[in-house]
Amino acid sequence: MIGLAKRKTAVSTGVSIPVLVILLAAAVFLVIGSLVSSIFAQQTVAGLAQGAIFGSLALALVLIYRATEVINFAQGELAMATTYVAYQLTLWHVTYWLAFFLTLLIAFVLGVVIQVVVIRPVQHSVIAVVIITVGLFILIDGLVAWKWGADLKFMPAPFGNQVYHAGSVAFSRQDLGTLLVTIASVIVLWLLFQFTKLGLAMRAAALRPAAASLVGVRVNWMLALGWGLAAVLGAVAGLMTEPTQFLQPTMMQAILLYAFAAAVLGGLESPAGAVIGGLSLGVFLNLIGQYVGFASAELRLPIAFALLLLVLLLKPNGLFGRRQVRRV
Amino acid sequence: MKLVPIAVVAAVLAVLPFLLSGYHQGLATRVAIYFIAILGLNILTGYTGQISIGHGAFMAIGGYTTVLLSANHHWNLIATLPVSLGISFVCGLLVGVPALRLSGVYLALATFAFAVSVPQLPLKFSKFLGGSNGIHTAQTKSHLWLYIVGWSCAAIAFAGAWLILRGRIGRAFRAVRDSELAAVSSGVSLPIYKTLAFGISAAFAGVAGSLLVLVTNGFAQPNEFGVLLSLQILIGAAVAGLGSLWGVLVGAVFIGLLPSVAPDVPLIGSSHGQDVVFGLIVVLIMLLLPNGFAGFLRRFEPRVKTAIKADPKSS
Repeated sequence: MIGLAKRKTAVSTGVSIPVLVILLAAAVFLVIGSLVSSIFAQQTVAGLAQGAIFGSLALALVLIYRATEVINFAQGELAMATTYVAYQLTLWHVTYWLAFFLTLLIAFVLGVVIQVVVIRPVQHSVIAVVIITVGLFILIDGLVAWKWGADLKFMPAPFGNQVYHAGSVAFSRQDLGTLLVTIASVIVLWLLFQFTKLGLAMRAAALRPAAASLVGVRVNWMLALGWGLAAVLGAVAGLMTEPTQFLQPTMMQAILLYAFAAAVLGGLESPAGAVIGGLSLGVFLNLIGQYVGFASAELRLPIAFALLLLVLLLKPNGLFGRRQVRRV
Repeated sequence: MKLVPIAVVAAVLAVLPFLLSGYHQGLATRVAIYFIAILGLNILTGYTGQISIGHGAFMAIGGYTTVLLSANHHWNLIATLPVSLGISFVCGLLVGVPALRLSGVYLALATFAFAVSVPQLPLKFSKFLGGSNGIHTAQTKSHLWLYIVGWSCAAIAFAGAWLILRGRIGRAFRAVRDSELAAVSSGVSLPIYKTLAFGISAAFAGVAGSLLVLVTNGFAQPNEFGVLLSLQILIGAAVAGLGSLWGVLVGAVFIGLLPSVAPDVPLIGSSHGQDVVFGLIVVLIMLLLPNGFAGFLRRFEPRVKTAIKADPKSS
């Protein structure tokens, strides 16, 4: 693992005070706004549901970035492909939630296999990995369109179409369910990383590959597991996207782009940052789309990216990133 | 610079239009366009070490410049090319300035953001830029005219790239790529040369974009210049092998011709089959020839081996 051992000195971790204050202020602003206006409240909840999807895909990107310092451009397409697997399962009369968990399993295996077969041989070169993931992007897109066709497909709705009313505010069950499932999957992942020996080994492999292998961690397999878990998170994001977009080969492309923005916003190194970045981005885009006339739907992506660029230039480590000091 | 291969390529290109049908001349022109764009990306990524996934956006800028000038102001098509070169050069410099603070993966993401955002602008400012249908110039030219203009531009671009890279500027670029610290301490100004590389590279892409618009019957559409175009250019550069001018021709042929050859492959005659083949070949090439075609050629050159092979244990 000598190729991966980079001299990295993490100085400080965690959230700085100003960032915490800004986040708290934003939360207070959202709560007050929601109490004042029911449209505001609805947009906020819908934004949180959207943002949870961005967040889980962003978390998938962060998992891989932390371990190998590369960006997986095929993450969204992988999520889309696994959603099609779930669709195929429901066609075979598997119930939705059984199909859901089977799909997560298949996604895990797929992620591991991709890492072992095509990523591991070139993992010492960042640009080669990036280009391979771009190739995978096109390949997966083609395979799915070839097997299932490029037209819209429909799956049974996982949460039904009911709407809850709280006062004058209407919350769709769909939005709440999406929020719940994605947050739950993030928490499960956090528990895995924080409280299991496997999680500890994976963190060690990501932070100090050389040292980890010296104490007996199989670093290569930990990296493969990371890809597998990232694919699982992607599958959750894909399955939760499906009810709002329906199934088509391009469904995750825009979401991947928002996930990039969310991951950078949170700091590419920080899992918590990715999730909070995703939620903030979702709410921000929804509210700005509602209240700022100029920011029409066509400008959603450019706005997200203006934000990304702004973060990169002003605070390159993101809101939660560790400040890194590299020796030359 | 070896003169024999240049003469051979030039001779083949001169004879080619007499042997090809109009459709195939169009394909060959596309190869010329990709050649120019990949050349530009190679100056930036291969010679200066700055990755960009945003070259489709510069092509869009060039393409829209050409159509706007010829449709609204009735310019001669050839006369629009220097203008789009100039405008993309300036845009490249402007993108290059924030890019100074970024490197590696962060630069890749920022330029990717640029590639995604630019094609959205015609949708927003649809009165001026025509929305999703794009804008159209009525001036269209024959396949042969496009072939001649396309490959003439490619030849000029090649000569230009060679002249830039062999001299002082090229040396500075390579110094920046190999070690920024060493470059600075030998008096190479990082801000100047990095932004300059972005500008030159964007100028090449802009001209390629102008030509691309002419090949697609004078239409400039947001779809045409989407993210996929940027990815294709990057793939072309990777297949070519970064840091080599000769591989560029192979990279251009690869992304220019493969999508139209793939449907003839048995078993996967469908339109999505070509994506499968394209993606698969990209992955295989990166696995088998990590330094692209140029790296493959270099294997046959007798010289002292400076093997930078990875440690066997690391893979």
